[in-house]
Amino acid sequence: MEAQAQVPVSDADPTPPADTSDPAAEIAIDARRISKVYRGEDEVRALDNVSVTIARNEFFTLLGPSGCGKTTLLRVIAGFEPPTAGTLWLNGKDITRLPPNRRPVNTVFQSYALFPHMSVANNIRFGLEMLGKPKKQIDEIVDEMLNLVQMQAMKSRRTSEISGGQQQRVALARALAPEPEVLLLDEPLSALDLKLRKEMQIELKRLQHETGITFVFVTHDQEEALTMSDRIAVMSAGRILQIGSPQEIYQRPAERFVANFIGESNFLDATLSGNAVTFRTGGTYEVERPADVEDGAVSVLLRPEHAILSSDPSALPATVETVVYSGEATSIHTRLDSGEALKVRVPNAPHSGGLPEQGAPVRIGFAPGALTVLKD
Amino acid sequence: MAERSAFSVRTIPGFSAIAIFCFVAIYAPILILVTFSFNAGTSLAVWEGFSFKWYVAAAHNEQVQSAALRSLMLAFVAAAISTVAATMAALATTRTRHFPGRTMIYAMINQPLMIPEIVTAVALLIVFAWVKVVTNHTSMIYLIAAHTAFCIPFAYLPIRARLETMDDSLEKAAADLYASRWHVFSRVTLPLMMPGIIAGLMLAFVISMDDVVITEFVKSAGQDTLPTYMLGQLRRVVTPEVNAISTVVVFAGAVLVSIFFWVSSNRR
Repeated sequence: MEAQAQVPVSDADPTPPADTSDPAAEIAIDARRISKVYRGEDEVRALDNVSVTIARNEFFTLLGPSGCGKTTLLRVIAGFEPPTAGTLWLNGKDITRLPPNRRPVNTVFQSYALFPHMSVANNIRFGLEMLGKPKKQIDEIVDEMLNLVQMQAMKSRRTSEISGGQQQRVALARALAPEPEVLLLDEPLSALDLKLRKEMQIELKRLQHETGITFVFVTHDQEEALTMSDRIAVMSAGRILQIGSPQEIYQRPAERFVANFIGESNFLDATLSGNAVTFRTGGTYEVERPADVEDGAVSVLLRPEHAILSSDPSALPATVETVVYSGEATSIHTRLDSGEALKVRVPNAPHSGGLPEQGAPVRIGFAPGALTVLKD
Repeated sequence: MAERSAFSVRTIPGFSAIAIFCFVAIYAPILILVTFSFNAGTSLAVWEGFSFKWYVAAAHNEQVQSAALRSLMLAFVAAAISTVAATMAALATTRTRHFPGRTMIYAMINQPLMIPEIVTAVALLIVFAWVKVVTNHTSMIYLIAAHTAFCIPFAYLPIRARLETMDDSLEKAAADLYASRWHVFSRVTLPLMMPGIIAGLMLAFVISMDDVVITEFVKSAGQDTLPTYMLGQLRRVVTPEVNAISTVVVFAGAVLVSIFFWVSSNRR
């Protein structure tokens, strides 16, 4: 394989990230056709021909259910797992065979993996000492890092004497101190409670912005991915299904799996013909036709918040089954005349009333562009 | 850890009685031995008043002195060598990719625990007798070799246990933070496995100090250790001097174990 002039995005992503005048210079990580096969009693294909490019300075998220290969890909980038096939490039250099201690890449582990026999400050020092930096410079950087994560007061504590959230900050500071080209984060927020997790999400965004380091973030939490990322790669069964901005992933999922995994979804059976779909319960609507889907039976995605209760006679007729109030919105579970379930999410106004009751006949409409045709 | 069930052994009828009986069975004979080490008379059964005379006698007995010194030297050398070997064995059986025969090696390291000591003793007697005839060499080297060999599995067990419970992501984190393989070992693995190594070292030391059977078979003339000297004394005249020596050994052991617990609990 030749190194030069790669397109900055993989084949799965139709839209390149904005303003890449000199694409090659902007790429931090370039993974090319990486496979990881665990041979044993039965062969496990943890990564199946994965290609992805991650731009410099990007907050990139690998999202997927457990066992989808996202952590394996992270380990391949860190150097803990040699890929079975494929090559890995960092800033234009092939690092596929480089051991972890010679890669300018640091990891925040899921378990934090703080050294229990060292103080907070010594944990942060470790990487700098291993790089052989002069002592004075190390002291300065450690100080700076302690301030960055607001742990100055705790610097002489043992890591077992501080809380989970504080351990999280120390793990971050330790990984950021050597100023890596890329920071890998392996589900670092999963052990924190909800409130702390929200705080740390903002904190991580801030740190990424301040340090200008490329972040590769692994999570199974779709909300976390949507909130924090510049771009997201959705993975399943060792493959990347789609790469795109949070908006693209949410609004134009390429596959049913992606649509189902991210956000709430309604799937309706329909027949595609030209630029229009016809639902089983009747009604023909214009859609944006994906390139790789043939005419015939298709699935159509309609997000619950894109559906509206309508009085338009051309809207889909349905019957209300359940009404669920959840604070900022109300979910109305309906059943179409075709027997398919369809959920409508209505935001709650200050004096909202007039919501239909159980058993009431309603009509469900949607704005143009709310329908997405999926390949199954 | 006990959150899943509220079962407690203390609710079993007779729990306290059984526990007390076990402690009495273990410690009462030792208590009697210690008591009679302070006996003013020569009997091990009839109390004739309090005295330190048997301690003084033991301390001035040149045979006791040389046997004690020999025991300590032997235990120290054997424990040190076997702990180094056990540390390497523990690393090789936990910190390597699985290789064919690894379980077999693990079993073989522990097998000496299962072989009756008398069998090992006889086997060593035969082999060393032959070597002694051929080389005409009769130094402590045979005892050191024998003690090192049977101490290895005892040193191995706590070290391996420690390594197995150690989070291996710590070593990954060190490598991730630019540590070479040597630095991963010296800065992370070794300091973290130290409580296991100290436990192994102490266990090996105590096992070596305590050994009678193998030492009795392997030693050459004039190479009595404290236990074999005591055994020899018991065959002749029994005086509370033996009790006094035993008491000192028990006390020294208790101090050693206490230090270990104190050190290891302070490390956490």
